[in-house]
Amino acid sequence: MKTESIIGAAVPRKEGLDKVTGRAQYVDDIVLPGMIYGATVRSTIARGKIRKITFGDGVPWHEFVIVTAKDIPGTNCVSLITDDQPCLADDTVNHPEEPILLLAHPNRHSLPKVVDAVTIEYDPLPAVFTLEDSERAAEIIWGQDNIFKRFLVEKGDVDSIWEKADYIVEGEYRTGAQEQLYIENNGMIASFDKERGITVWGSLQCPYYVHKALMKLCNLPKERVRVVQTETGGAFGGKEDYPSIIAGHAALLAIKSGKPVKIVYDRMEDMVATTKRHPSRTRHRTAVSRDGKILGGDIEFVVDGGAYATLSSVVLSRGTIHAAGPYYWPNIRIRASAVATNAPPHGAFRGFGAPQSLFAMERHMDRIAAIVGISPVEIRRRNFLKTGKTTATEQTIHEPIDLDKLLDRALELSDYRAKKQRFRKENEGSTYKKGIGIASFLHGAGFTGSGERYLASVVGVEGCADGRVRVLVSSTEFGQGTKTVLCQIAAETLGLAYDDVEIAQADTGEVPNSGPTVASRTVMIVGKLVRSAAQGIQQTLISSGYLSQGYSREEFRKACANYVAEHGTFKSWSQYEPPAGIFWDDEKYRGEAYAAYTWAVYIAEVTVDLTSYSVTIDDFVALQEIGKVLHPVLARGQIIGGVAQGIGFALFEKVAWRNGRMQNGQMTNYIMPTSADLPPIRVYFEELGNEHGAFGAKGIGELPIDGPAPAVVNAIEDALGVRFDSIPLLPEDIFEALAVRPQSEGQARTRQEVS
Amino acid sequence: MSHSPCEISLTVNGEQKTVCAYPMERLLDVLRQLGLTGAKEGCGEGECGSCAVLLNGDLVTSCLVPVAQARNANIVTIEGLAKNEELHALQKAFLDCGGAQCGICTPGIIMAACHLLNSKPQPTMEDIKESLAGNLCRCTGYAQICEAVAQAALRFPLLATTAGNGAPDRNRA
Repeated sequence: MKTESIIGAAVPRKEGLDKVTGRAQYVDDIVLPGMIYGATVRSTIARGKIRKITFGDGVPWHEFVIVTAKDIPGTNCVSLITDDQPCLADDTVNHPEEPILLLAHPNRHSLPKVVDAVTIEYDPLPAVFTLEDSERAAEIIWGQDNIFKRFLVEKGDVDSIWEKADYIVEGEYRTGAQEQLYIENNGMIASFDKERGITVWGSLQCPYYVHKALMKLCNLPKERVRVVQTETGGAFGGKEDYPSIIAGHAALLAIKSGKPVKIVYDRMEDMVATTKRHPSRTRHRTAVSRDGKILGGDIEFVVDGGAYATLSSVVLSRGTIHAAGPYYWPNIRIRASAVATNAPPHGAFRGFGAPQSLFAMERHMDRIAAIVGISPVEIRRRNFLKTGKTTATEQTIHEPIDLDKLLDRALELSDYRAKKQRFRKENEGSTYKKGIGIASFLHGAGFTGSGERYLASVVGVEGCADGRVRVLVSSTEFGQGTKTVLCQIAAETLGLAYDDVEIAQADTGEVPNSGPTVASRTVMIVGKLVRSAAQGIQQTLISSGYLSQGYSREEFRKACANYVAEHGTFKSWSQYEPPAGIFWDDEKYRGEAYAAYTWAVYIAEVTVDLTSYSVTIDDFVALQEIGKVLHPVLARGQIIGGVAQGIGFALFEKVAWRNGRMQNGQMTNYIMPTSADLPPIRVYFEELGNEHGAFGAKGIGELPIDGPAPAVVNAIEDALGVRFDSIPLLPEDIFEALAVRPQSEGQARTRQEVS
Repeated sequence: MSHSPCEISLTVNGEQKTVCAYPMERLLDVLRQLGLTGAKEGCGEGECGSCAVLLNGDLVTSCLVPVAQARNANIVTIEGLAKNEELHALQKAFLDCGGAQCGICTPGIIMAACHLLNSKPQPTMEDIKESLAGNLCRCTGYAQICEAVAQAALRFPLLATTAGNGAPDRNRA
């Protein structure tokens, strides 16, 4: 066996060469013979009954394929969790930009004008656009009460703690919608054949989600639906559920026309019509002792789910569990709800509810510190979770995490104390105010609670005729490095070189269902299954006498080739089994919420310019414990990219809503950070291992977006002495707070203190 | 389109091409119809830079260039950088440094970096950040992209082309 480790080495990205040479094939780069192009006619109102559809004069309509809800061969829904969302609105629309009618034509450029030539008349119904209006339920727009899902987490006896408290600290925190803004818009190609059924190729995260949705929509058995992922130009959750809709649309046009159909959105259609991060409101009421210990608290967490249920229940679940942060709460009650509004459904976006509730938690910790009169460092130190303590869901932490030490290291790396002192002096009389802020947080890896048990993911590893091996997973690559790290895991397990391992294209015709590529689950859950499937290959070769222990790479390849020559197909499968001792109660929302957590302390240093009210981030330290770094370059890239999105979430990215529709659906007026906007992002890792992940790894995809927003806003408060509890925080918001709104009012209204 | 299609000649990656196109057709669409799909449409309004190519040595967003404006021009796209499987210094550095994640912005960013190194072979990190600020990347947070450009410049100090047309032939390592 070779001794050089592939785990932890910066091997080349599997698909890297294709990406740097421009050869990588994204969906819009693919042209099938006879292919025509599809477009979508969408609702122009937020809610109402469709009264009449008119096809305008001057268009040769006979040249166009036209599909309405009446053409759907199966059930008119986008099958996911609750099948409430129609694939095409039939008689009612529930949000702006809801798909109503599909058109296709050989000339792609003819479509925009023709979409405009379809007029839809409505009988409007009253619509709901805010969390508060939805909660008031004056107008019921979904179910009996506008509530998609509620959760209640209870630990201890919260009602008894208030009279024991030296301080009761209250706060309300809000986060806005955020657009995923992958640079490749959503796109899909579908082709239909009476024998083989429907095949789609497209930009997507979860092939088997699309597979399930197409079976139901097209009324086809599983073997007559095939979903193939093409190279995917960014996703971040934005291609978790939406691809089922666009794939359904392309499929319907392909079935009706008998031709391959491509639908690729332009930027504005993608921005206004597809999912975004759920806007949220979090209220904290916390009982605190004189020395800054949390005695208990009430947290109310509400997210705006938009018009249909989609993924809101699971986004809410993760947000609910992360709402308590990395702290020990002897008593806690978290009440959470996802409510309906007449906006396009909000969906998955990296972090999946956690960035929202953790923003609130981390802002609230600074508020508690200020009221108790101790530092932001001290308030965290006094309340950190420790090994052996229980979380809000009464999960005992078994990981050997020492958050005190993590915090100490972050303080040192950022030179926190010296800077804090220096800024206080330098800020006096300056129009540039500097500040430094902390966020400490955690992120659960894998599906929440019993999610992984229900998924029961399957992974395959195949021994090939040339003696190399192939990894068979539905886990998708969209920039994170899925292909690379899963091949590293297989190569390391088998004692092979990295180049001896390939990975199959995510094609439901070939790969098993290893679950969706979401929830920071790939390296931990799927990686561990790849390891055990690879071990199956090894054991078969050894037990059947083709190979002996201590083999060389060449010997393995020869043995594998011989095995295939003599026995034919050589595949090993591995299926997820829940680890022993993992308990989760779906009813009470209690137990082991996640098999493992990643832990982090981020520190941001900012300058606020009191002339322009703009915020510059001068330095950013991102320190995290992630179990094991499988690939140093990719891991660092994940963290920096997540921090950049988190900074955008905090300071740049504002969706301007009007009547449930995004008004700024262009890159010119929805602003994400450029290379000139970002600070040096200094990334540091701690590695404590993890028995549940391959080679000790935990998932890291989402963690880095949880911390930047509160760290940055805490730093802004440190710089200005003014509280901001809502993001995005734009220069005009800071201007308003400092120059327009009397400062005392803002302070008095929000500060509550009893002793 | 206001006019009828006409024949337009241009040089793409060193090859003479004649296309039949409407004068106001986007250069991006013409290039992609030639099979050069490395340039991507990210926004269609010149904001994201993923369709960037060199036109007579200038960096342009090809979604904003009518093909009539490219008549007789010398165009270099991402496909023109690697010759005979030998990668351009920037492409190698992007692979080494993690400059490409999802890869959709990569062709445009490499062309923008190429333009920078052609005019300034030894850029500072500030130069790099400034010159790439017209290209959006949602995956990387830019650090590893900027490091890749710096590494390419450092490893290959004689990168600059002297031809002035942006042709990368002298950029071989």
